[in-house]
Amino acid sequence: MALDQSFVGRTYPPTAPYEVGREKIREFAEAVGETNPVYTDPEAAKEFGHPDVIAPPTFVFSITFRAAGQVVQDPQLGLDYSRVVHGDQKFAYARPVRAGDRLTVTSTIEAVKTLAGNDILDIRGEVHDESGELVVTAWTKLVARAAEEA
Amino acid sequence: MTAKIAYDEVEVGTELPAQSFPVTRATLVRYAGASGDFNPIHWNEKFAKEVGLPDVIAHGMFTMAEAIRVVTDWTGDPGAVVEYGCRFTRPVVVPNDDQGALIEVSGKVAAKLDDHTVRVDLTATSAGQKVLGMSRAVVRLA
Repeated sequence: MALDQSFVGRTYPPTAPYEVGREKIREFAEAVGETNPVYTDPEAAKEFGHPDVIAPPTFVFSITFRAAGQVVQDPQLGLDYSRVVHGDQKFAYARPVRAGDRLTVTSTIEAVKTLAGNDILDIRGEVHDESGELVVTAWTKLVARAAEEA
Repeated sequence: MTAKIAYDEVEVGTELPAQSFPVTRATLVRYAGASGDFNPIHWNEKFAKEVGLPDVIAHGMFTMAEAIRVVTDWTGDPGAVVEYGCRFTRPVVVPNDDQGALIEVSGKVAAKLDDHTVRVDLTATSAGQKVLGMSRAVVRLA
């Protein structure tokens, strides 16, 4: 069942702020085996000109993906989430995410396609800080694989 | 934001130091907790097989996080990354043993761009197969 094209361009309300904590950044950095002190030591981060520890580049996905859940679980869209795989991911950084940021995400559906029975959804998430400054834009492509023929 | 590498010192074709990143089931459990992605295909073998996978697979975002380390370890400052994207072409299968899997990543300067930035093209393989496609980063150099 093809997804409804009228969803293209739809923007969802901004999420409640996510407060980025130093210890959450440390936990993420350790989980991916990072040892760069800019993730854990504020003094090391300051040497590179950052006001506090920064997050690894892909950290922000946890926040944008949660926000994309608004779209994915929109009952009107009707995506079969049990068949969804992550197809592509891209980020454009205005500045790194850092400890102390309070980030909100605004998700927009950029494209809805059906190819060979697979539903494909492109979602753009714009991440702003408390002052309204754009921090990161994240593009996520989700593919709901075609259900097998009975 | 300060990179250790100077823009004038690199050319198209400059190779970044390649790295290998081991991943075991314990790595995946830890990443699931840190990222909040608890999809059972990343830790539950029975579930993974039921949905048609050969075994438990690594999170695509875990592989993406490892691959960019080739760039950030090269530049020194991860804050110098301006853009980063990839396609998830093939899953990294992680067997339930002490060895797990190995993600091997290499990178090469593909283009010199404006404003002291370069585009690095990354190649990520596991078990001899390419696991990321179109994996590219734009990074600002000194």
